[in-house]
Amino acid sequence: MTDTPAPRRIPDRLDKPFTSAVFSWEALLAAVAVAIFIANSLASPYFLDPWSLSDLTFNFTEKAIVAFAMALLIIAGEIDLSVAAIIALASTLMGMAAQVGVGTAGLVAIGIAIGLACGAFNGLLVTRLGLPSIVVTIGTMTLYRGIAFIILGDQAYKGYPASFAFFGQGYVWWVVSFELLLFVFAAVAYWALLHRTSFGRRVFAIGNNPVAAQFSGVRVGRIKFILFCLTGLMSGIAAVLITSRLGSTRPSIAQGYELEIITMVVLGGVNILGGAGSILGVVLAALIMGLVTFGLGLLNVPGIVMSIFVGLLLIVVIALPIVWRRMRRERVA
Amino acid sequence: MSIWKKLLVTAAFSAAMVVNAAYADNVKIALVVKSLGNGFFDAANKGAEEAAKELGDVDLIYTGPTKATAEAQIEMVNSLIAQKVNAIAISANDADALVPALKKAMERGITVISWDSGVAPEGRQLHLNPSDTNLIGETIIKLAADYLPEGGDVAILSAASTATNQNAWIDAAKKVLPEKFPKINLVATVYGDDDSAKSTDEAKGLLKSYPNLKAIIAPTTVGVVAAAQVVTDEGLIGKVNVTGLALPSEFKKFIDNGASQAVALWNPIDLGYSAIYLAHDLAVKKEEAKPGATLSIGRVGKVTLDDTNSAAMAPPFQFDKSNIEEFSKIY
Repeated sequence: MTDTPAPRRIPDRLDKPFTSAVFSWEALLAAVAVAIFIANSLASPYFLDPWSLSDLTFNFTEKAIVAFAMALLIIAGEIDLSVAAIIALASTLMGMAAQVGVGTAGLVAIGIAIGLACGAFNGLLVTRLGLPSIVVTIGTMTLYRGIAFIILGDQAYKGYPASFAFFGQGYVWWVVSFELLLFVFAAVAYWALLHRTSFGRRVFAIGNNPVAAQFSGVRVGRIKFILFCLTGLMSGIAAVLITSRLGSTRPSIAQGYELEIITMVVLGGVNILGGAGSILGVVLAALIMGLVTFGLGLLNVPGIVMSIFVGLLLIVVIALPIVWRRMRRERVA
Repeated sequence: MSIWKKLLVTAAFSAAMVVNAAYADNVKIALVVKSLGNGFFDAANKGAEEAAKELGDVDLIYTGPTKATAEAQIEMVNSLIAQKVNAIAISANDADALVPALKKAMERGITVISWDSGVAPEGRQLHLNPSDTNLIGETIIKLAADYLPEGGDVAILSAASTATNQNAWIDAAKKVLPEKFPKINLVATVYGDDDSAKSTDEAKGLLKSYPNLKAIIAPTTVGVVAAAQVVTDEGLIGKVNVTGLALPSEFKKFIDNGASQAVALWNPIDLGYSAIYLAHDLAVKKEEAKPGATLSIGRVGKVTLDDTNSAAMAPPFQFDKSNIEEFSKIY
């Protein structure tokens, strides 16, 4: 028995699992997150407080919830720049409904339905007419927010039902807010969808080579359409959260969120050209962005310095693995 | 990797040292503005620093987002709550969206006041307006009357005929005319719609129709520049005095060339100064913000709260040859 030689193993990856885990993008992000966390706790006596940490999560939960769906879309080689405008339109129509006395459940349904409808419209334009998604969604970005501006002008909708405030301001247990719980739930759901289903495998296949995927029997158009619908749906959910948190709607709501969401996805290691990425990376990127903005906020660092810091962080985190890989290659050679 | 960690920690540490120097038993008052990099708010901060120095026991935090959005201000408010500041004085980007965050601040024992750009009453304890309708109405007439001891004809060049602010100021001005300025004769009110071209045409029309006109009063920053330009171009400097509400930086040349003797606008320095005083009144002196209450705002005087707990600081601040140079650099 003991003399039998071990069967010859053909490695299915180049690095051993442990090595590849240590040098993975996610490990790097986790290290950065831990470093920022430690730096924050050393820098401010107010950081390590359960309520502070809880308040911190509000800086990223809404954006991260959209970022999960956006990650899948970008992995599949498409993009949606209209997400913030969808939030604005969904919020405006929820506000309109609230004015005529629609209850909390109805408002949530409207917000999610509008998000889904906007996403489906994007998806139809891209898959049926074969237009590039960047062009389509630049157009719908203006279209959706434009409608919100036409409806509201310089006015605001207020007077949401009191129970509606729960989604953006309520706590499920102690310091765990509803938004945080939803963030965790969405992360697990999208992780399972991307990494544990055949749908997820197809998303990667499309991103790597849509033509090959098509010839392998993947219904490329249909999957892309579903991804646009999902992104719209998550934007609708984000609209419910942010409207509830602000307790009011202006057409300028969530202005500029699309770039922050895409930054989160790219920082999370998703290849902007499609084909690669993970949900864990996006979760870590969301945490990092929340930690950085909140930590610098605690030190009363001016906003402009904060933007510089986030920009630097993005460049450093993206450049680091490339430099690292080059150094390893040189050492091997 | 470790280099980056070290760098991060060092950066955070050095930032902390700067901030730590200010930690003491003092009251921490945060002046939150709509956005940083705006001369108006930097001037308000100057006033706030002056108030903090006078009061002695105040650590002032001057902060604001880069983008003038409510969402960014809410993140600031959250971090101020976490820092357990004693008071927040905010010029809000959105009167309603800030309410839940500021309510949370008040629930955690923080004094919240708004200034300049207000927050809905349920989101703050009091609001400080730079001025109020009656004070502005009286000031715009006074600006003309001060340089017309003999009296004479004046005309108003307003913004749009539907502009709520301007209409209210003009009504207030008309009210004080007979009692306080009997020699001033308001001959016409025309509307330039806050459009340079239209304001220019209307100003020319006024000069033609009323040859005895002694002053044009424009309670709008667009109209006042247009009128002063017309008076300059038509060689009427010294005959017709242009006055009203003007931005010092835009209007300096017309004070310099004599087309205008004086104009007025809110003084951001006094505004920031008064906001800190009011926050201090509530947070430290434990004064109560309720309708009818009178609160001290240091060298600027006193304010009385109306039934929405709003107060007006002072009449618009006058700019003339003596101070336009200084203020034109601020805003």
